[in-house]
Order: sequence, then C-alpha cells, then structure tokens
Amino acid sequence: MADSTRPALEPRASTRPALELRGITKKFGSVVANDRVDFDVYPGEVHALLGENGAGKSTLVSVLYGLYTPNEGEIVVDGRPVEIDSPATAIRLGIGMVHQHFMLVPVMTVAENLVLGHEPTRSGGLLDLKAARARVREISERYGLAVDPDATIEDVTVGTQQRVEILRALYRGARILVLDEPTAVLTAQEVQELMDVLQRLKQDGTGIVFISHKLGEVLQVADRITVLRHGRKIDTVRREGATEQSLARLVVGREVLLTVEKSQAHAAEPMLVVEHLHVRDDRDLEAVDDVSLSVRAGEIVAIAGVDGNGQQELVEAITGLRAPAEGRIVVDGHDITRKGVSAATDAAVAHIPEDRHRRGLVLPFTLAENLALREFRRPELSARGWLRTGRIRSRATALLREYDVRGGGPDAYASSLSGGNQQKVAIAREIASDPKLLVAHQPTRGLDVGAIEFVHRRLIEERDRGRAILLVSLEYEEVRSLADRILVIYEGRIMGEFAPDASEEELGMAMTGRQAAAAG
Amino acid sequence: MSTLEEQTQGDVLAGEEDGGSASLTTPARLGAYVRRGGVIVPILTTLIAFIAGGLVVLVTGHDPFSTYKAIFDGTGLQWVFPWVTGSARSTAAFNLQQTLIATTPLILVGLAVAFAFRAGLFNIGGQGQYTVGGIVSVWLGSSFAGLPPVLHITVAVVGAALAGAVWAGIAGALKASLGVNEVISTIMLNWIAIWAGVYLFGLGGPLQDAHQPSVPTSSSVSASAKLPVFWGNAQLQGLHIGLFIALAAAVVFWVLLNRTRLGYEVRAVGLNPDAASYAGMSVARNYFRAMAICGAFAGIAAAMDILGWKFSLFTNDIQASSVGFLGIAVALLGRNTAIGTVLAALLFGALQTGTSDRFLDPSVFNPNLASNLTWMIQGLIVLLVSTDVIALKVLHSGRGVSLVFKRRAAREEAGR
Repeated sequence: MADSTRPALEPRASTRPALELRGITKKFGSVVANDRVDFDVYPGEVHALLGENGAGKSTLVSVLYGLYTPNEGEIVVDGRPVEIDSPATAIRLGIGMVHQHFMLVPVMTVAENLVLGHEPTRSGGLLDLKAARARVREISERYGLAVDPDATIEDVTVGTQQRVEILRALYRGARILVLDEPTAVLTAQEVQELMDVLQRLKQDGTGIVFISHKLGEVLQVADRITVLRHGRKIDTVRREGATEQSLARLVVGREVLLTVEKSQAHAAEPMLVVEHLHVRDDRDLEAVDDVSLSVRAGEIVAIAGVDGNGQQELVEAITGLRAPAEGRIVVDGHDITRKGVSAATDAAVAHIPEDRHRRGLVLPFTLAENLALREFRRPELSARGWLRTGRIRSRATALLREYDVRGGGPDAYASSLSGGNQQKVAIAREIASDPKLLVAHQPTRGLDVGAIEFVHRRLIEERDRGRAILLVSLEYEEVRSLADRILVIYEGRIMGEFAPDASEEELGMAMTGRQAAAAG
Repeated sequence: MSTLEEQTQGDVLAGEEDGGSASLTTPARLGAYVRRGGVIVPILTTLIAFIAGGLVVLVTGHDPFSTYKAIFDGTGLQWVFPWVTGSARSTAAFNLQQTLIATTPLILVGLAVAFAFRAGLFNIGGQGQYTVGGIVSVWLGSSFAGLPPVLHITVAVVGAALAGAVWAGIAGALKASLGVNEVISTIMLNWIAIWAGVYLFGLGGPLQDAHQPSVPTSSSVSASAKLPVFWGNAQLQGLHIGLFIALAAAVVFWVLLNRTRLGYEVRAVGLNPDAASYAGMSVARNYFRAMAICGAFAGIAAAMDILGWKFSLFTNDIQASSVGFLGIAVALLGRNTAIGTVLAALLFGALQTGTSDRFLDPSVFNPNLASNLTWMIQGLIVLLVSTDVIALKVLHSGRGVSLVFKRRAAREEAGR
C-alpha cells in the first residue's frame, strides 16, 4: 500500500528521500517489535511517527540510530544502502537524535556542551573555547535558535536545554533530525517555540522525524504521519484531510471518544474545604499562598496551571504528605490538617499521584501487593499484624478484571506492565478504597489515547457516583472536558474560577499571572 | 538473551523511566537486584571463585583437585554419602558437627545483614551487634547458676537478642531521626562494642573472671545455660541445638517479611520509600524497626556460640572475631533470602572448617595456606557479587546515548 501511495505523498521539495527504511523487522526472542516496517523522510519535511506505548516506535528509531541491528530489511541514506552499526555511524551519515531525557552536562555552559565530543582545539590540544562560542553563535543565528553560549545548562529552562540538544545535532552535521517525544517536557509556550524552530529547520532542508503520541501536535507540525500499531505500519497519511478522530482510530484500531460524554453535575454538600492554606516547598519557599477552595460531592474541580506553580505542594498538603505552614483542611467534617497520610486515608481521601513510578507503585512489588498499598491496614487485608495474603490476592484478581488490566495477574511484577496498565492499577487501588474525595494529579500523564479515554470515563463515572474529585492537570483539553469548575493557579495563588467553557485565552491569561476578568 | 536475563533486565529497565529509580537508595537497588536472577548467578559466582582459588593452588605447586578433595573431606560433608563407613564415617561425623557449629552463627548474622538490605539499609554492624550479644549472653549465662536450664537458656538468648537489637537500634534511631548514614554509624558502633568488651573482660575489668585473675576473660557459662548437644559427644564439642534455633530464625525471617504487616512495610520502604510514605507508612519508624530486628538476629548468633561451645569470652577473641563481617558475604551470596542465606552460610561454614588446621590433611596442603585460600575464596565471592552490583549501577546512572535508548525500546517490548 505504501508503494502505491508514495508518488502522491512526495513533497515537492525533493524527489529523493533523505532516509529510507525498507521492510525493517526486529525481533526480541519471540516478540516481533517491528514487522516489515517501511518509513522514509524527505529533505525539508516533518514525518511524524505515531503510535501507542509499545507500538514499536522506539525500536524503529533505535534501528535507525544504530542501537539495534534489524533482523531483516535495509536502510538507505541518500539513495545508498548503508549499514548503521552504532550511533557514531549514524552521526557520520548525518542522522541526529534529540532524546527525551537530555544528554547534557548540567554544570557546563551551553558552548561547552555543544562541542562536547567534537571540541575545537588549539595547538597543543588545548580547548579553544573562543572558537566553540563562535560556532554556537554561528549555528544559532543560521537557524534562528537564540541561546546564550555562556549560560550554564542547569540555569536555563528545559526548552532551552532542548534547543542546545538540537543545536548539538546540527553542529555535528545532522541533515536528518529525530526528535523523541520532544514536547513531553515542555510548557505550552515552549511547545509553540519548538514548532517555530522546526519550521525553520524544514525550510533549511532538514528532514525531521517527529515521534509523539499527542495527536494535536502531530497534526500541527507534520507533513506526513505514519501510524504504527503492534509493530506494524498501519498507514501513512498526509496531514491534509487527517483529523484527531481519524488518527486516533488508526492508532488504537477502533473508534475512540476524544471528548468525554458528560452530564450535568449534581453537586451536593462540600466534601473538601480548604481554608487559607499556606504550604512551603522543599527549599522552604512559600509554594502555596493563601489558597481557599472547596470541592462538593459529585463534582470535578480542576486546578489548572503551568507546572511548578504550587500544584505539587497543594496536593501533598491535602493528601497528608506535606504539613502545611498555615491553614485548615477539612474532609467531610474531619479536620486532617497536619495529621499525615493515615488520617487522610481514614477520612476517605484517595490520591492518584502524578508520578506512578516514584509514588504510585512499588515497581518490584507484585500487583497484589501494589493494590494493597492504600488499604493494607484495614481489617479486611490485615489483622493483628498479619497480612491476609489470600484476601489480598483474591481482591487483586477481582480488581484487575474489573479495570481490565492486561499484562499479568496478581503475582506479576508491576514493573512488567506497560505505562497505561500501571496507571490502571494505581487508579483501581485508589477508587477501590471507596473515597469521598479523590485527588487526581495528572492522571493521564504519559498515557496514550486509548488509556486516556479509559481514565477520563472512569473519573466522570466516579463523579456521578457522588465522589468529590479534585483534578490537577496541565492539559487544557483535559481540564475543560472533565471539570465542572476550573480554578487557575499561578505562583501558589488561585487567580480565579472559570466555567468549563472558558476560552483558552482566558485561561492562558490567568495561568501566566495576568489577572483576567474572572468569571467566578 | 536468556529468558532469565531478559526478565531481570526488563525489571531493572522499567524502574528507570522518568527517574523512577532516582528514589531508590543504593542498598535498596543492591538488595532488589541481588534477589533477582534466581540461583544461577550465585552458583556461577561461587564456581568462578573456586576456579580462581584452584589456579592459586596450582601456582604454589600443589594439585588443586587433591587440595579441594582434602578440604571437602575436612568439612565432613561426605558423611551424607552412604558408602562412607567405619572410622571414616565417625571422623566425617565429627567434622560435619564442626562445620554445622560454624554454620549456625553465620546463618544468623547473614539474616541480620539480609533483613537490613530488604529495608534498603546496609548493616555493616553485624560484628558489633554480635559482640554485644556475646557480652550479654556470657554475663547472663555465667550469672544465676542453678536456674532451670530452659529458663536460663531463654534468659541468656533473649538478653543477647535484646542487646543486639538495642545496639543496631541506635544506628536505626540515628538514621530515622537525624538521617545519619547507617553505614558510618554501624561501623562506629562495632568499635565501641569491641572495646567495651575488652574493657569489661580485660584484667581488672568489672566482668573479668574472678577465678583466674591473670587471664583476660569472662567467667564461664554455668551448666544450666549450656545448649544441649544432640549429635556427638558433649565433651568433645558435639553439635548443639543452636543449629535448629538458626534454622527457625530463617523461617521467622521469611514469615516476618512475607506474611506480616511489618514485613510488607519494611519491603515497601526498602524498595521505594516515596511510595511507602505515599501509602501512609512511616519510613523512619520502619528503618528503626528493621535495624532492631537485624540486631536481634546478630545477638542470637553470639548467644549460640557462647552457650553452644565457647562458654566464655576472651578479650583477644572479641578483637579477632570476624563472624559479623562474614554475614555480609553470606547475605550477598544468599541474595537476601532466607533459604539462600542458609545455603551460603553452610558454604562458608564448610570452607572455614575444611581448611582449618584441625581437619585438613597437612600432607596434601598446608592448613595455614589453606585458611588463606578460604579468605581468598570468600573475598572473591564478595567481589564478584559486588561487581554485578557495580555493573548494575553503571547501567542505572549511565546517561549514555545507547543505554537510555536501548532501555526505552526494551521497555516498549516489555510492555506489549
């Protein structure tokens, strides 16, 4: 199919692909990670690689970057078949890679990082920093990527660090740039800046491979989109004519509801009341500044804001993980201020944490053990210091079935599951504790569309069962489609309350601290 | 890649995502890693150590095969073969009793180190905890003469366990309250325990034996506190029932970890302190509890030696003893599991007996050299087990291009 469609898809800029992967098959034991995948990128185009977690995107890119040798298939660069046996070969062939986790030395300057490994030297082998700085300026001007060569990496923003990564690839002579989930770590503003940078690189003739599972971004930036599912290439489509809906269908293999069906909330009595809360962060700076809010049973209240504006500390205070400096937290009439996690749990507070690997799960524990973390003190699961292992296990079996967790039974290790299934385990555990208040902190972080749909539906269902839900999210879409009321947080203060139909601009203003005319 | 390897790697890899493992302490990683990989790695490790030892024997101009055969005969383990009969059998029986006497405290100190590993702590203080356990058990065992034996033994053993628990508990409390690194504090406490013992039993010391004023030793344990011998001649250092107490302790270790709330909390804290506190567990409290339990195991180890065959404590014995340190090797080789620790203790106990000058035939290999060989083999085992861990640590912290990417891809595969 790809062959028949290729002529039509060819961008006008060039007639020969800069890079072509033909029939790549990569097996790990009996698992086929890539099954006869074709993929190409032309100079001056952005070709997105889209797929769920585990669809084989990373394997394909590893093959391309010389980290894996494919079992079958060939790689063609500029019309010549090549063998890429290491990243060094890939770099020599003009393939550059920007990883999700940056490979920069935090204490070195931008210029030092940029030339690392290919340092310009003066006679006697001394590092020529002046030349390095000049190179930085030269490249950054050429591509319009403004960076200060003398800034130390640890002092610059994540977005700038990413620019340095891109510049480094260009410095090494990359004509094909592979970006692995580049937006995962960026703020909305930084994402926009990255998109601009990619446009300029395109105009300059760089071929860009853009890996993501965010449909909106892919539609915004890509010329062509290749969808992988279960290691196979499903289709390659042009951006024109593609919609989020059509892409989601290709990715998941079935119709996906991108917006959640939601009825009117039947909010009842207040379940969470927070009064004049002040919370300090690890550096003892005021992170939450006089926050008052309430969440009623049967409604979802969203805290929207740019990451790092006190959401973490607010959630930790409410769930008992961090003692607030001042203020009061009352859940269903029980004052749980400064009483710790156990008291919060006893007051029926459940917490879907932001980072399932750091907090949500003990990865080397079995699923049964993980599912007991919230309620192991309750008499159903332990008595007089003894674990009731039989019950812990049978309860886990039931929960895994109810939440359709795939990848292992109660005795499987949590580490062996995919991200989406791990998140289901964390969510299953929290909802199973029958909470009155559910604090969901970025509950869909790092999940693919299918799993996001599941989580969203489940949260609405739990709302309709009369639970009070406090949702903390960085995603506009998530906040607007789930919340009944939106509170915008900026520098630890609530900037105002908004209705779910508030415009992105309105919210954006408040999220960047510009006091908009608050609706509430 | 073998299935086992894949599995181990998959586990390790999955933990890496999003800095998830950043919260794992080094001992926790070490503990978790060492527990995985089944029995193959420890067996391989031991094998390599023995081969290296054999090469050294070869260099000294001896035959490694006959040397190892002589060492094996010295351990008495051939007693289990039915074809060994007559005087060879009774010699083997005697040798095996000695092997098992040496194995008993090794099991217990091994458990003392292993339990700490499971809680994400590195207990270097087994020696100190063993020493205070020895001091208290010899003191209690030599006092209250005439108590009914069961009661007297119980008092002395429980006293030793409590002493060890308190000693290790100090390190646990310091860690829990002030964040003092337990490696440092347990090492310091080792020296305090050793010199306290030297003072107490040294010439003019408060607990020095009044019957022999010129000998730096404790009073002797009275008959009512001696552990009964169930195999061999009690006069000739037969095998005492301490072996069963050690095996029972291994069972307790397993039950405690896998069937009780305390064990569940300790393991959660050891594997992921952040998730543990998220679940409402007190990390500090569990550090303290885990250390106290470790100390109790080590204290009982000392009581077994004192009440089983030593019966008194010489100051130079206190200074020369290294049982507690061997516990680290036992726990590492035993992968911090109950059964593994028992088997590793047997190996180390057998090596100790097999190469001692009492049991090794000097015409085959000089016992003085042989005991050095034992130290070497033990050292190699620890080194090899640890280098696994070093390799793992490199893999973990390595932010090298290829590593991160291979990891991600492998994770994708694992998640499918």
